[in-house]
Amino acid sequence: MLRSGFWSEFRLRLDPVLTVLLMALMLLGLVVLYSATDQNAGLVIRQSIRLAFGLGLMVVACQVPPAWYRRWAPWLYGAGLAMLIAVLWVGVGRGAQRWLDIGLFWFQPSEAIKIALPLMLAAWLHQKKLPPSLLDTMVCVLLIALPTLLIVQQPDLGTSLLVAAGGVVVLFLSGLRWRWIILTMLSFAALAPLLWTRLHSYQQNRILTFLNPESDPLGEGWNIIQSKIAVGTGGFNGRGWLQGTQSRLEFLPEPHTDFILAVLSEEFGFIGVFVVLAFYAAILMRAVYLVSRTREVFSRLLGGSLIFLFFVYFLVNAGMISGLLPVVGVPMPLVSYGGTSAATLLAGFGIIMGLYSRRKLMD
Amino acid sequence: MTRLWNRLQHRVRSSRKRPVDQASLEDARSQVNRRLGQVAVVMMLALLIVLFRFAQLQLFEHDAFAARAENNRVELQAVAPNRGLIKDRSGRVLAENRAAYRLVVVPERVEDSDVLLNTIDELVGLSADELERYQQGIERARRFQPVLLKGNLTDEQVAILALQRHRLQGMEVEPYLIRHYPHGSALAHVIGYVARINEQDLARLPPDNYRASTHTGRTGIERQYEALLHGQSGVERVETNARGRVVRVLERTDPIPGENIWLSIDLDLQLRAIEAMGEYSGAVVAMHIETGEVLALVSQPGFDPNLFVNGIGQVEYQALLRSPYRPLFNRFLSGGYEPGSTVKPLIALAGLDAGLITPETRVFSSGEYQLPGHSRRYRDWREGGHGWVDLRASLEQSVNVFYYQLAVELGIDQISRELALFGFGQRTGIDLPGESDGVLPSRSWKRATLDEPWYPGETVITGIGQGFTIVTPLQLALATAALAGQGRAAPPRLLAIEPRKQMIAHKQEHWQAVHQGLSDVINGPRGTARAIADRMNHPAAGKTGTAQVFGRPQNEEAIPAEELPEFLRNHALFIGFTPLEAPRIAVAVVIEHGGGGSTVAAPVAAEVLDLAMELF
Repeated sequence: MLRSGFWSEFRLRLDPVLTVLLMALMLLGLVVLYSATDQNAGLVIRQSIRLAFGLGLMVVACQVPPAWYRRWAPWLYGAGLAMLIAVLWVGVGRGAQRWLDIGLFWFQPSEAIKIALPLMLAAWLHQKKLPPSLLDTMVCVLLIALPTLLIVQQPDLGTSLLVAAGGVVVLFLSGLRWRWIILTMLSFAALAPLLWTRLHSYQQNRILTFLNPESDPLGEGWNIIQSKIAVGTGGFNGRGWLQGTQSRLEFLPEPHTDFILAVLSEEFGFIGVFVVLAFYAAILMRAVYLVSRTREVFSRLLGGSLIFLFFVYFLVNAGMISGLLPVVGVPMPLVSYGGTSAATLLAGFGIIMGLYSRRKLMD
Repeated sequence: MTRLWNRLQHRVRSSRKRPVDQASLEDARSQVNRRLGQVAVVMMLALLIVLFRFAQLQLFEHDAFAARAENNRVELQAVAPNRGLIKDRSGRVLAENRAAYRLVVVPERVEDSDVLLNTIDELVGLSADELERYQQGIERARRFQPVLLKGNLTDEQVAILALQRHRLQGMEVEPYLIRHYPHGSALAHVIGYVARINEQDLARLPPDNYRASTHTGRTGIERQYEALLHGQSGVERVETNARGRVVRVLERTDPIPGENIWLSIDLDLQLRAIEAMGEYSGAVVAMHIETGEVLALVSQPGFDPNLFVNGIGQVEYQALLRSPYRPLFNRFLSGGYEPGSTVKPLIALAGLDAGLITPETRVFSSGEYQLPGHSRRYRDWREGGHGWVDLRASLEQSVNVFYYQLAVELGIDQISRELALFGFGQRTGIDLPGESDGVLPSRSWKRATLDEPWYPGETVITGIGQGFTIVTPLQLALATAALAGQGRAAPPRLLAIEPRKQMIAHKQEHWQAVHQGLSDVINGPRGTARAIADRMNHPAAGKTGTAQVFGRPQNEEAIPAEELPEFLRNHALFIGFTPLEAPRIAVAVVIEHGGGGSTVAAPVAAEVLDLAMELF
């Protein structure tokens, strides 16, 4: 793989601004994590190692030339689909089959497809006349639907939502006409009752509970209620680091994973929330800036989709914490405990930085 | 696959016959950036909405949520006060709180419940009752809360469990206080007992003060003075986690322990009275005439009140209920007995007061009495009668004919009035729950209860305390005190002493005449209780009595008591007081199925009076 002259051309293709913002956000996350895990230093160190692994993945991802991604897109997508099918047969996991046991560790194919799908779509629409024709659109819809439905089968509603969002936004970016968008939304609204019956009862319950959490305050509504209490009790200043009673006394479910933003809200108050939101906003804007400066349609579609994926992570989680959206098991990106989503998202940012740094080299 | 992909792309491209030129590519690029801009705007708007949402929760609704967070974590827990002790008049403990050990199980720490229970059963034994209560406890408690498995462990059991601790994951032996009655059955009917709070108790007790309490006085003094003995429960503000486990105590208001109370009972006198009664069932009441303090209060047989503290087992309870001697029945408080001849001094006083007789009036006892125009014969207890007797002799020898005649002359209304003055038919008001009224016979009582008129023959037997008259031993004791105190007495009390008052106003010489007769009962040559005179260190006065259990048919010979089955034998009664001048102690004794009052009841009274005189 190494060509002569590789090292002479080599430079680290990271964007310093975005890298610093991401690392600052992760550092803040570790601080909150220490409190959310009841001062479990070992757990914080483990998370640091995972984030470092994610950062390594980001560096690798940004060094890979974009043309490679485009060429490998169908392979990656195909492999992703194959693994998603495999997971239905030989998958492991508690309650839902989401993981493949590949000896060293459990691997979640749905994570790979989060990047492989936008890659495939962007590659497909590359060098097409945009907005895409009906045929191209149909092909794209099929490419999105396949992995999404496979993930729904696991069942993993949250992840299928993220994958679908990352795919649909590519179609939107490609300039899909508004009338089609509106038409699709209307038909989805018409299909909603049918979809409702296809949902698992626990998924139905989550949505019902979201609509009226007080109807079952000790059961399904508990998570939403306790989360809102944690947020509300934080007030302007917060209770102070390590002082949150909602998390320390185990009222909050999963305080170190999905509900870590509630811990932050309780302990650092509105100020803390504002700072974190500012970080997310800055990361999103910097990434949008980088993507908009690339030249290729492929780069822009792919970059835009990866940014949007990051945004949807944030929105679904923050919406859940504040009671705006139903409880869906989506972590707060780069802050919640867990290495899988962080690795995917950091790899995505690595790709964006790589695209930006080679904006003049393509074609 | 790459080749396939290229071919596919080529085919799609060529099929549409639309070459992609540089210009349309440029269009496409700007198209994507336009949309990218739109997406960026949407994302920023969404972030703003999220920010507003947090502002709403954290700034505008903060107070409500802060209050809910506080409610979440802070809980008020009641702390039970220690129950007050019950002591006798010299401070000897009659009811105490003893440190004991109990075996509890914390469900969440148990690996295999069946194995644990079997192991414990092998080591210390578990009864069916204990296992059933444990299962109920398991269903009610939360996983981390200890559930009682076995209470009141012996020292040996505690040691065995401590040694086997490693095998008993999830079991704990914890100290606690258990109510204990060191004198057991001797005071069971006075002290009563505490028992686990049940549904009825909950409805009756003030809920705020009993949140942490497990026991409440069920009977006797424990019930009567519950408010004093229980104390004031304390409060702990504790921080709990989501599962309700207490994390730490934030604030604590200590409970105020219940008050210790000193009863008027003298333990020595109580035990002596019980000893004197031997195997007989019955009741003894000894009281201080001036103050009304009850010095001994016995109902035999008793029962072990300690059995009831943590719930008595079915087998033991059934045994108590089925016993023909009715150990659970409180005889001094609720037992109703004919007063028999013990009523004679009162009838005599009524006669003296009404001017129908004087101390010198003599009556001839031929052995039987007939109402004019009636065939029924009312007998003297001695075949052939007592001959000519005056008032003194009538009391000394308990001459029925004297009182048949006097009763008829008095009439039921005057008798009824006199007996009412001595407290018949009314509760003495002793500070114990469940006292009976007894029966004061009168025309109106008979009309109201039996809807019948009063017949003259009934007046005759009322004169010797038979017929309808029913007294409790406590009423008998109060009447005796009033008799001894020449009409002045204080009602019997264990704790809340009431002042002495003039119950009955009779001329002093009338009282003295009756007292002389009562003295002769013990000290006279023909006294019905003369047998006890020798053994008494302090001269006393008294009156024997016999309450019929088995009515003797007309014209039949009396059957000697020894030949009757025990349950048909008459009840033996004795009332007495001492000393003769300014009496201080009054006693009433009822021995069920004891036969005659003189042989069984009088010796018991003698023992009690003698010891009381030494003590007081």
